[in-house]
Amino acid sequence: MADQIVAARGRSKVPKVAATRRPWAISAQLQAAPLALVFIVFFVIPLGIIVLVSFLDYNDYAILPTLTTRSYTETFEGCIDQLPDVCTILKTYATTAQFCFAVWLLTLIIGFTISYFLAFHIRSTTTQIVLGLLCTIPFWTSNVIRMISWIPLLGRNGLINQILMGAHIISTPIEWLLFSDFSVMLAFVHLFTFFMVVPILNSMLRIDRSLLEAAFDAGASGWQTLWHIVVPLTKPGIVIGSIFVVTIVMGDFITFGVMGGQQIASAGKIIETRLNALQFPPAAANAVILLAVTLVVISLLTRLVDIRKEL
Amino acid sequence: MSDEISKSNVSRRRLLQGVGAVAGAGIGLGIGESKRSLFPAPAVWAQDAKVLRYLSTATNQSPDIVKKAFEDTGIKIEYVTVTTDDVTKRVITQPSSFDLVDTEYFSLKKLVPSGNLLAMDAKKIKLFDKITPVITKGQLANGKVIGDQGTAPKKVMFVEGKGSTKFATEMTEWATLIPTTYNADTLGIRPDLIGRPINSWAELLNPQFKGKASILNIPSIGIMDAAMVIEATGQHKYADKGNMTRAEIDMTTKVLTEAKKAGQFRAFWSDFNESVNLMSSGETVIQSMWSPAVTAVRSKGIPCVFQPLKEGYRSWASGFAISKAVKKDDLAYEFVNWFLSGWAGAYLNRQGYYSAVLDTAKANMEPYEWAYWMEGQPAAKDIHAPDGTVLEKAGSKRDGGSYDERMGAVACWNAVMDENDYMVRKWNEFIAA
Repeated sequence: MADQIVAARGRSKVPKVAATRRPWAISAQLQAAPLALVFIVFFVIPLGIIVLVSFLDYNDYAILPTLTTRSYTETFEGCIDQLPDVCTILKTYATTAQFCFAVWLLTLIIGFTISYFLAFHIRSTTTQIVLGLLCTIPFWTSNVIRMISWIPLLGRNGLINQILMGAHIISTPIEWLLFSDFSVMLAFVHLFTFFMVVPILNSMLRIDRSLLEAAFDAGASGWQTLWHIVVPLTKPGIVIGSIFVVTIVMGDFITFGVMGGQQIASAGKIIETRLNALQFPPAAANAVILLAVTLVVISLLTRLVDIRKEL
Repeated sequence: MSDEISKSNVSRRRLLQGVGAVAGAGIGLGIGESKRSLFPAPAVWAQDAKVLRYLSTATNQSPDIVKKAFEDTGIKIEYVTVTTDDVTKRVITQPSSFDLVDTEYFSLKKLVPSGNLLAMDAKKIKLFDKITPVITKGQLANGKVIGDQGTAPKKVMFVEGKGSTKFATEMTEWATLIPTTYNADTLGIRPDLIGRPINSWAELLNPQFKGKASILNIPSIGIMDAAMVIEATGQHKYADKGNMTRAEIDMTTKVLTEAKKAGQFRAFWSDFNESVNLMSSGETVIQSMWSPAVTAVRSKGIPCVFQPLKEGYRSWASGFAISKAVKKDDLAYEFVNWFLSGWAGAYLNRQGYYSAVLDTAKANMEPYEWAYWMEGQPAAKDIHAPDGTVLEKAGSKRDGGSYDERMGAVACWNAVMDENDYMVRKWNEFIAA
């Protein structure tokens, strides 16, 4: 058992050849096989097909079996000759990335605060569990309903505008509450903060309390304890939460659509439009591009923390 | 036969409608199931179950039609409900998942070459000769020729033979679609919030409505609305709005983009309910709209007009086709023949659509209803929607007038352009701008 863990870490001094010769190495492979099989069938093969389709030609109603880079070249159409204007795809990715960053920052701050409160200020485990469950309540209804429920609140004649106008704080309705960058951001934060809370809380609960006491005894201020002990030890949770939030926002098209009044482009929306027009190869090409960009972002995130080591 | 039943059962039907509407809101399948226990039909069970899988958008589906069709023919309709784009996607990628499809003529440019639909044999359609010439010939019954820009139904109505994937240039006995409904669309407005007459498509991009306008985010239809606006402002005259050149697409999306950057649009919509919500909440006061959506806003007690405009209408038509994988085409023909026989037509006419065979629909409507919906006359009595809600008080007139006035003023039809692929790319640019 201990050998296994050491071997799995990949840092063992045991020579690899020796390790694979042991009988349990085969059983380990067998144990991993079901999951590997699921990944191959439902992830690797479909992904391979998507990559293949992205290099095929197409017409109005069919995919043609001719290899071409048309889907890619047309996706990046005008990126060079339109200079200094930015082409559609880059503009779209810039918008998506901005949203991604802003949502990530907001969900991180809010999620971290909530987790901190749950982990260090709530003493009883029961209360912790109850409050944790409370956080999940919004997830009892569908994504879209949670989004749409904002609309009567934020609209031109919505509740907030009515209250503000009734209290004579404003004389004309505030327009940017709905169908704007603001409303998209609001919905994202509302929808996805929980994805930050869970992994961060998980990391925090595993912090040895005696470390905090030691810091206190050594005369550290609250901020110093937070910055030098809690944050570093919570890093894996932060990175995992960040991966959730970043990948969701990168690929989203529903929230952008519903809350942005369909007026804001996102990487996911390009794919959706192409699919709706039955143009599968360019949709696939855009999916591949999106995947590549997301992989870059995630690899940057995992650079910050070696998740495998921390787990 | 159906006449008598429908007339004598009007009150019962009205009663049941409440139940049907609740039980069936959205799930055609559920209705079918519940009906089994309510109205057992042993004669039908003894034979092969007469089940027809019916693929279409929600707008073309109604629990009342399912119920009536079952009463009259014993055919159980199973609705497969998807969006406009998904109808096309399904036909092309999963032809065996439905028997009958109710789709729009403009998608035929994609569907027919794919070979996934069977042409309908006109000889098996009893009332084929009675189908309105608006669809088959592009003219009114009185001979007046109407606009045929875009994918006008007559251009894609016939194919050369049963298995053919090529459109015929003349009438043949092989029809691509047997029409169900069609209509002439224009802009919906909120007269109470605008407070002045609107009579041109140009108003959609009038800066006066900055932040209060909307168009639909279905590229092939949205660009047609934009084209109507551009022609109305006199910036450009298209040879065919439904088949633009690349330069025309560039120019059209440029106009749209400038309007968007100037904050003209409040939001874009892509389904019926979104357009209803935008309009009824007052987020928009002028937008592209579909006629039943206007009806829906109005039945909430909010004033909304489907405003006739001097440049004319952008029209659409949908119809039935059968899948190449269909095993029960007799059943499909039986249902289509029932559909054209009048009850369904009258039902659709009462929602503001137009039905394919007008004579039989007329026979199933009260004379005052026919006068209001089809002849443009003031309503002699209160006008009710099929679900029983009062749509119009006695004395009011239909927006745009009679059938001949409305369909006679069609300027173009929903279309799939030759440059569709390029157009979609430009549309994405417009959304990203």
